Amino acid sequence: MKYVKSYVPYHSPFDPCPPIGKKYYRTPPHLYMTFQPYNLPQFSPQEALKKGTLWPALYDYYENPYDRRS
Amino acid sequence: METNLPAEYYQLLEELQAVDFVLVELTLYLDTHPNDTASIQQFNHYAQERKKLKKAIESKYGPMQQYGNSYSGTPWDWNKAPWPWQV
Amino acid sequence: MWIYEKKLQYPVKVSTCNPRLAKFLVEQYGGADGELAAALRYLNQRYTIPDKVIGLLTDIGTEEFAHLEMIATMIYKLTKDATPQQMRDAGLDAHYANHDSALFYHNADGVPFTAAYIQAKGDPIADLYEDIAAEEKARATYQWLIDMSDDPDLNDGLRFLREREIIHSLRFREAVEILKQERDQKVFF
Repeated sequence: MKYVKSYVPYHSPFDPCPPIGKKYYRTPPHLYMTFQPYNLPQFSPQEALKKGTLWPALYDYYENPYDRRS
Repeated sequence: METNLPAEYYQLLEELQAVDFVLVELTLYLDTHPNDTASIQQFNHYAQERKKLKKAIESKYGPMQQYGNSYSGTPWDWNKAPWPWQV
Repeated sequence: MWIYEKKLQYPVKVSTCNPRLAKFLVEQYGGADGELAAALRYLNQRYTIPDKVIGLLTDIGTEEFAHLEMIATMIYKLTKDATPQQMRDAGLDAHYANHDSALFYHNADGVPFTAAYIQAKGDPIADLYEDIAAEEKARATYQWLIDMSDDPDLNDGLRFLREREIIHSLRFREAVEILKQERDQKVFF
């Protein structure tokens, strides 16, 4: 989970919601690539469509990082 | 209007969507990498593939494009439902 | 000119009749960082930018219209055949009173779309940085939408759209590099 980062926000005893714990943010793969190099490995066309990119090096699957609290 | 499209329609459509997606990705890539000859070759290969797929879909399900970018059946079949958001 | 093609860029599916999700989703239809704003922003910048990057702005701007149609399809499917009572329960009562289930270019708060969302400074670097920021903001919006949605089919389409923002952002970054005109001196590959 190289592209998932987090920090812990300050929690005061006077904050009514229980602390969320870690607050998450993303630093997706393109931030580490100023200019895409030639000849990167590719997904198959079907897989590329499913993933939203032709190149595994630029693929970043996203999922809700927080627990569901009801 | 309710029409039940055969499973084959969705399958053919997805094949075209996959090939076209490669073409979109390569188009944007080549816009910033105009000298990558291997990618240009790949682009031209898939451009041919999409022509074949478009033809296969149109022969069964009617024109994908108009303004003359597809042939028309009789009667005029461009405005026949379903539209992309309906299927 | 533009040629319409009778297909979506990606096969859009939704699992349930859920107008509440449509209420959030409209942010990407008529919101500040939505697909309409993106398409109009990029296409409009083409007239005052060096030739080298006009192709990229044209192609990304065009793809944004395909994304706009995907969002419209999601909203259409989430609200189609919903009863007035369902619309009301989903908090879409005000929308229903004005529009029935018609789509309208406004954000999730109901604020109508405005040209003020589309910046155009005429400075190539300022405009491309604007575009990069717009892509990151749209990526973030898709994340918040996925966080709130429990519809697996809808999330599948939203993940596709989020990934596209990443690719667009990279291409705009590359456009900045091209305008710096250092590509010949530097070894990139």
